[in-house]
Amino acid sequence: MSRYFAPGNAAEAAELLRTTPGARVVAGGTDLVVAARGGKHPLPEVLVALHRVPELARVRETEAGIILGALTTHTWVERSGLVRSRWSALADAAAMIGSPATRSTGTIGGNLMNASPAMDLGSPLLVLDATVELRRTGGTRALTVAELLAGPGRTTAAPDELLSSVRIPAPVPGTGSAYIRLEHRRAMEIAIVGAAAALRFDSRGEIVAARLALTAAAPVCLRVPAAEAGLLGRRLDAEALAAAGRAAVAAVRPISDVRASADYRRAMTAVVVARALTLAARRAAAGSSVPGPDHPPTATGSVQ
Amino acid sequence: MRYPLNVTVNGLRASADVEPHRSLLSVLREEIGLTGPKEGCDDSECGACMVLLDGEPVNACSYLALQTDGRAVTTVEGVAPADGLHPIQRELLAAGGVQCGFCTPGIVMSAKALLDRNPDCDEDDVRHALAGNLCRCTGYQKIIAAVLRAARQPEHGPADRP
Ligand SMILES: Cc1cc2nc3c(=O)[nH]c(=O)nc-3n(C[C@H](O)[C@H](O)[C@H](O)COP(=O)(O)OP(=O)(O)OC[C@H]3O[C@@H](n4cnc5c(N)ncnc54)[C@H](O)[C@@H]3O)c2cc1C
Ligand code: FES
Ligand code: FES
Repeated sequence: MSRYFAPGNAAEAAELLRTTPGARVVAGGTDLVVAARGGKHPLPEVLVALHRVPELARVRETEAGIILGALTTHTWVERSGLVRSRWSALADAAAMIGSPATRSTGTIGGNLMNASPAMDLGSPLLVLDATVELRRTGGTRALTVAELLAGPGRTTAAPDELLSSVRIPAPVPGTGSAYIRLEHRRAMEIAIVGAAAALRFDSRGEIVAARLALTAAAPVCLRVPAAEAGLLGRRLDAEALAAAGRAAVAAVRPISDVRASADYRRAMTAVVVARALTLAARRAAAGSSVPGPDHPPTATGSVQ
Repeated sequence: MRYPLNVTVNGLRASADVEPHRSLLSVLREEIGLTGPKEGCDDSECGACMVLLDGEPVNACSYLALQTDGRAVTTVEGVAPADGLHPIQRELLAAGGVQCGFCTPGIVMSAKALLDRNPDCDEDDVRHALAGNLCRCTGYQKIIAAVLRAARQPEHGPADRP
């Protein structure tokens, strides 16, 4: 017999997870409930709905950065001028997700905990050095996004742990970031492959900080340290883009599925990497530009 | 096990006892008697079930009814003033943006969510706002033209928002 709880605070939610066998959290339900309706997985026997927990919906800006409560919706991120200008890659990704209904219902916590290899927030959060806070009865711990993501649909969080918030440090001034995904159409789409980049240049136009991460190219979203290291100390010219693309292609472990073959994903990895780096560089030069909320950058229509 | 649900629908209080797995769509249609929202895919793909939850669009087929407890839902039945049609409805009729009509309630709600926030929208905004709504009949052009025309009317304002 299925049961339902809608606790009013995070401590109560965590305690329900600890004491109720089989209990699972539901935030927006755009993964959990939709999978059940599509017949993929039955709904869990015990549902702990989080939407009544105000502390999980809170957004805090500090000198050190921003802390987004787990219930922060993609719509909130997409509309936030602050996120668009400082953490552009995350705003790019949030604006691409599903439809307006998906974005106003789906949450950052649900996207991370669902841990799809094609999740759009993963790579942006990786290049922005985000950490997550996990909370259980009796304590909290902080993990990097790389430490959280364990495989397709798997995280390193324990069954009685809640994801309470995502912390993103303030970027060093002059940093530009971007997220690009390759897709068959401009909305209601899942990434074929995607790439997020964050770059900073010195006064001579040479790269002094580089982050690059890939989406839907491996069992989890992952950074490509070899590509990052190779960019340091050089200009972002055609050769640098090609080298980063080669390093990224060497790091991927793509699958073949309905959306694309592994070979196509591998080939397109270099394309999205070049586009993400180019847009990040343009934003770094412009002092971080603001993508309009309704026009996320995509790679559609320009694949040769 | 059933749980009590108290939700404001189109400005009126509604109550039902519902199981945890019940969708908002099934409760609206079967318990509350509002059959404007339609079931197309039951899977968040088609948008025929679109309603507003606290003013934002949501796929009612895939949203747990109990999660709307204490909140405000607007369905297509709640958008028109007592004496007529909402401008979006009027323009859809005028433009021929309705053929079989199955998608129309969802289209109206997605369009309303857009115009309530951004009446100054352009065609690209409308296309993005309707990205989660499928129409098998019209080819979309007349729908988009209708929404743009509705946006230019002064009276479409959010007065009927709960
Ligand atoms: C039509 C459609 C289009 C979509 N398009 C995209 C897309 O383009 N890109 C993309 O990345 N995703 C997409 N998604 C997937 C989904 O919308 C997102 O992953 C969303 O962010 C999930 O958030 P949610 O709150 O709805 O999660 P839920 O479905 O509520 O939860 C997802 C999982 O996370 C767990 N969980 C949720 N919150 C917490 C928490 N705070 N602590 C611990 N566990 C938690 C749940 O138990 C569940 O296992 C799409 C979905 C649909 C239906
Ligand atoms: S019936 Fe809900 S989206 Fe199709
Ligand atoms: S009018 Fe028939 S589906 Fe749109």
